[in-house]
Amino acid sequence: MNPVTAVGERTLGMLHSLGRASYFFADLVRAIPASMRRFGLVVAQIHAIGNLSLLIILASGMAVGFVLALQMYYALVTYGATESLGLIVNLSLVRELGPVVAALLFAGRAGTSLTAEIGLMKAGEQIAAMEMMAIDTKSRVLAPRFIGGIVSMPLLAILFSAVGILGAYVVAVLLLGVDSGNFWSIMQSRVDVWRDVGNGIVKSFVFGVICTAVALYQGYETEATPEGVAYATTRTVVIASLSVLVTDFVLTALMFSTG
Amino acid sequence: MSKKGIETLVGLFVLLGLAGLVFLSLKAANLASFGTRDSYSVSARFDNIGGLKSRSPVRSAGVTVGRVTSITLDPKTFQGLVQMEIDKSVQFPRDSSAKILTSGLLGDQYVGIEPGAEEKNLAPGDTIKQTQSAVVLENLIGQFLFSKAADGANANAAASAPAAGAKK
Repeated sequence: MNPVTAVGERTLGMLHSLGRASYFFADLVRAIPASMRRFGLVVAQIHAIGNLSLLIILASGMAVGFVLALQMYYALVTYGATESLGLIVNLSLVRELGPVVAALLFAGRAGTSLTAEIGLMKAGEQIAAMEMMAIDTKSRVLAPRFIGGIVSMPLLAILFSAVGILGAYVVAVLLLGVDSGNFWSIMQSRVDVWRDVGNGIVKSFVFGVICTAVALYQGYETEATPEGVAYATTRTVVIASLSVLVTDFVLTALMFSTG
Repeated sequence: MSKKGIETLVGLFVLLGLAGLVFLSLKAANLASFGTRDSYSVSARFDNIGGLKSRSPVRSAGVTVGRVTSITLDPKTFQGLVQMEIDKSVQFPRDSSAKILTSGLLGDQYVGIEPGAEEKNLAPGDTIKQTQSAVVLENLIGQFLFSKAADGANANAAASAPAAGAKK
């Protein structure tokens, strides 16, 4: 095969898979109303995706809050501005770290399990069997998981930020002796509920859509072999993480560039 | 696990998330360390409160003894009226003075109380009479420039006076 043909084939292949992913996403969104009627399935998925991710999210949020407070303290103490520590930790968590780190953990914890689950269902020909029985797998299997991911992700990001701020409070006020009144009051006077907290929640919602859709697509399109499932799981983490980081940059530029 | 159990857990998860949202929005507002202790309230009027905020600390000799509870503009005198709560265990003489100071070069502002010498102490609801406003950097620079200009004018006058005398 000559190089020109190879380039052409690669390009067409990429466009082809992009088109398949878009169709898959459109089907997924269209299947949401139908699956809302079987609400029990959705609740079970929120439990599997959200509740079971809670521990790792809370532990990571706490650790990030601790470390952020310690590092910022050593930088700020030089300028006698340690009271602003709460503000800095709050803004970085609510605007960026909460949604992004929670989404990365979410892709690793929940995304992989979704991909492996769907991939193994496909490898075991359960999906094919359901389709033979004229059961719509998109509204029965995929959409409840999609809704579960979209609902869980913002909640997890909020909890990540909240726990991180509490962790920063423990380090800054209880260990390092920053004034607790200033810690909270500077935070309250400079953090805007709509601009900062609201935009953070919008971000985490978008990340939830991305992570869950990528995980489900990778599981649905997996090659029906053990290696295929392993490969799909890896791809879920890589693609979801990179998409989250790129989207975060775009969203930050749109949301915060004008101050 | 039973279906009811899962539903309960999901309900708890969602409620926890909403509690986190409430915390983020309200930012645990009433964590003032003097909120529960016995305190008395005094007020002070300042020409300019600078960057003082409600819940800023009140300090004497650098030690935090209370908090600012509210800041309003007195509509008659056009001064900032600062209400503060001071710990009951700390009693200040009635002629104590209040200043608005800055912690560090870029830090936040607080009320500093310098004790006076009178026998009687401040009673709850009293007003601190002697106050010193926050330093406004623009005014400070303005004053400096004016005094420099005045110095320059004086120096010119002094330089021209002997010259005029020598001519005679």
